[in-house]
Amino acid sequence: MGMPFLRELNPIIRFFMRYYPGQRYLTSPNTPLSLPLNECKVALITTAGFYLSEQDSFESNDCSYREIPNSIQTHDLFGGHKSSAFDEQGIENDPNLAFPIDRFKDLENDGKIGSLNHRHFSFMGSITKPKPLIYKTAPEVAQILKADCVDVAFLTPV
Amino acid sequence: MCNQSVGLIQRAVEEVGISTVSITLVESITKRVKPPRALLVPYPLGYPLGEPNNPTLQHAIIAETLALFECDEAPPILKASQQR
Repeated sequence: MGMPFLRELNPIIRFFMRYYPGQRYLTSPNTPLSLPLNECKVALITTAGFYLSEQDSFESNDCSYREIPNSIQTHDLFGGHKSSAFDEQGIENDPNLAFPIDRFKDLENDGKIGSLNHRHFSFMGSITKPKPLIYKTAPEVAQILKADCVDVAFLTPV
Repeated sequence: MCNQSVGLIQRAVEEVGISTVSITLVESITKRVKPPRALLVPYPLGYPLGEPNNPTLQHAIIAETLALFECDEAPPILKASQQR
């Protein structure tokens, strides 16, 4: 395993991604799956920075989140994370690339998962000062999903 | 830093008793943040599910990601995708 694509990035971003000190942990939390997937309620979380037309857009280093209803059509998703670190044409063309809601609706229709939660969550990606994310907004979304009796969360970066 | 944000959110969600899986594009960041289960995909930033408007490939990647729940190892689990 390597990171061949890093060669495609500009040198400043490449340097930043390799040497940015970042958060470091020694262990992982662990909640094993307690039900078969076809009985699980699933929620999606993306850091692609999508929002709805009636919601505020994201700012840089923005640790807030937007609630995305399960009934959303992908063409009604706005924004998408803008960054010089990557080419955003893909997610503009097909938001499923970083928020695979249509694919999960297929899985729900095919009985591969139990159901989709009535809401999903969108965060912004390029957060270099993540303390508010770690201590406030990520735990808030976790509690919301717990209150919704969600069994599984599927997360995608961009 | 999207991949770091995903890992941090994933840790918070797993900690309240919800099982989580994620996709990552940057191995070094995910090794540091140690989310419980992640699939490393061989695509450029911006393309976590491979290609736009390619449901077959997107489904294959999602299936590989969900299969991490069946892995016998203890977290952190970080597997490389078989897709190319």
